[in-house]
Amino acid sequence: MSTLAHIFEAEGIATIALGSIKSQIESTAPPRGLWCDFPLGRPLGVPGDPDFQHRVLATAFELLDSSEPIFAEYDVAISDDASEVLACPMPPRHDPDAHPAVDEANGLRPAYERAIAEYGNRMGAGRAVQADDITGAIEAFVRVVEGTPWKEAGIPGIPSRVSQDIRGYYETAALALSDHAPSAWAGTRWFLDHTEAGKVVMAARQAMADAGENNPIWFYMAPGDR
Amino acid sequence: MADSDIKAMTADLEAVEFDETAFTDPVPLSEAKVAIVTSASLHHPDDEDFSPMDTGYRVLQSEKRDYVMGHWSPNFDATGFALDINTVFPIDRLEELATQGVIGSVADEHLAYAGNQFELSAIRMDSGPAGAKFLKEQDVDIVLLTPV
Repeated sequence: MSTLAHIFEAEGIATIALGSIKSQIESTAPPRGLWCDFPLGRPLGVPGDPDFQHRVLATAFELLDSSEPIFAEYDVAISDDASEVLACPMPPRHDPDAHPAVDEANGLRPAYERAIAEYGNRMGAGRAVQADDITGAIEAFVRVVEGTPWKEAGIPGIPSRVSQDIRGYYETAALALSDHAPSAWAGTRWFLDHTEAGKVVMAARQAMADAGENNPIWFYMAPGDR
Repeated sequence: MADSDIKAMTADLEAVEFDETAFTDPVPLSEAKVAIVTSASLHHPDDEDFSPMDTGYRVLQSEKRDYVMGHWSPNFDATGFALDINTVFPIDRLEELATQGVIGSVADEHLAYAGNQFELSAIRMDSGPAGAKFLKEQDVDIVLLTPV
């Protein structure tokens, strides 16, 4: 981001760069940088709060008044203490013959469709795996957990992109199941720790790591602190 | 898992150093055409998805609000964007500011890059200057840069 700021300014375009990680925006030193201590993925702070977003923008635009490079810190921080997890009502077991994660994903489909109808498909399935094929992707990861080498398991794409689609499918469905806008990472924690599909993804990731597969193949299947 | 844990992982990434800090004096904000450039790998559904080490950019149209998050990194929260595109791409807020006369106007087209880059030479030498040229051809005066 800051690299682009330097390039654009050199070409005669004034810039203001928002940054979420203080050390990064300090070290990359864009000509006008505003560090906003907000969760990663939410550079304007609060979804659905135009007033909050306008205050961030107003502070950003104030940096244009400086006659020289400037770095500033936004005076409101939004912290994530890892405590909030979405509490979503999960569908009851429907098909006892299906893997629990597959049954779960099928059960979440109506919620997924409601969320898509309300918000559009902004982060859901579709990068590597369409919604209709999510259960097939989960089944492929189940095979990895059971010992099948990942290249032979029928994973329908690069594992990290496939797991991203599964996570996106679940977190999108969660938007329709939750009674409030979730805080940052609440949906991810719910998916990884409280859903059958999340457990399958994490187990497949671990199986690939244990099998000695190259790190980039499995590492990016989940956030890097996992 | 907490946001601070993820930030700590990337806090010490080596930064690109520029010999000098380029600096452009802006036109008055109330006369400026403003564009958004994001590193969130956004694109329209029918546009080419970003590849893992994609150093190019995609053009985002103001009038179409069907932006899709194409980022490869798992290390950020995407639900904020899913709930409200303005959390990452504050196009509605800019249009409100233009209506109020705070900014001059909003560009019809904006840019998205992929922020998960470790090798930046292609952006420095190629797609970055090309993006600047694209924006200048639209008479953009000010760019707001947003990450994820």
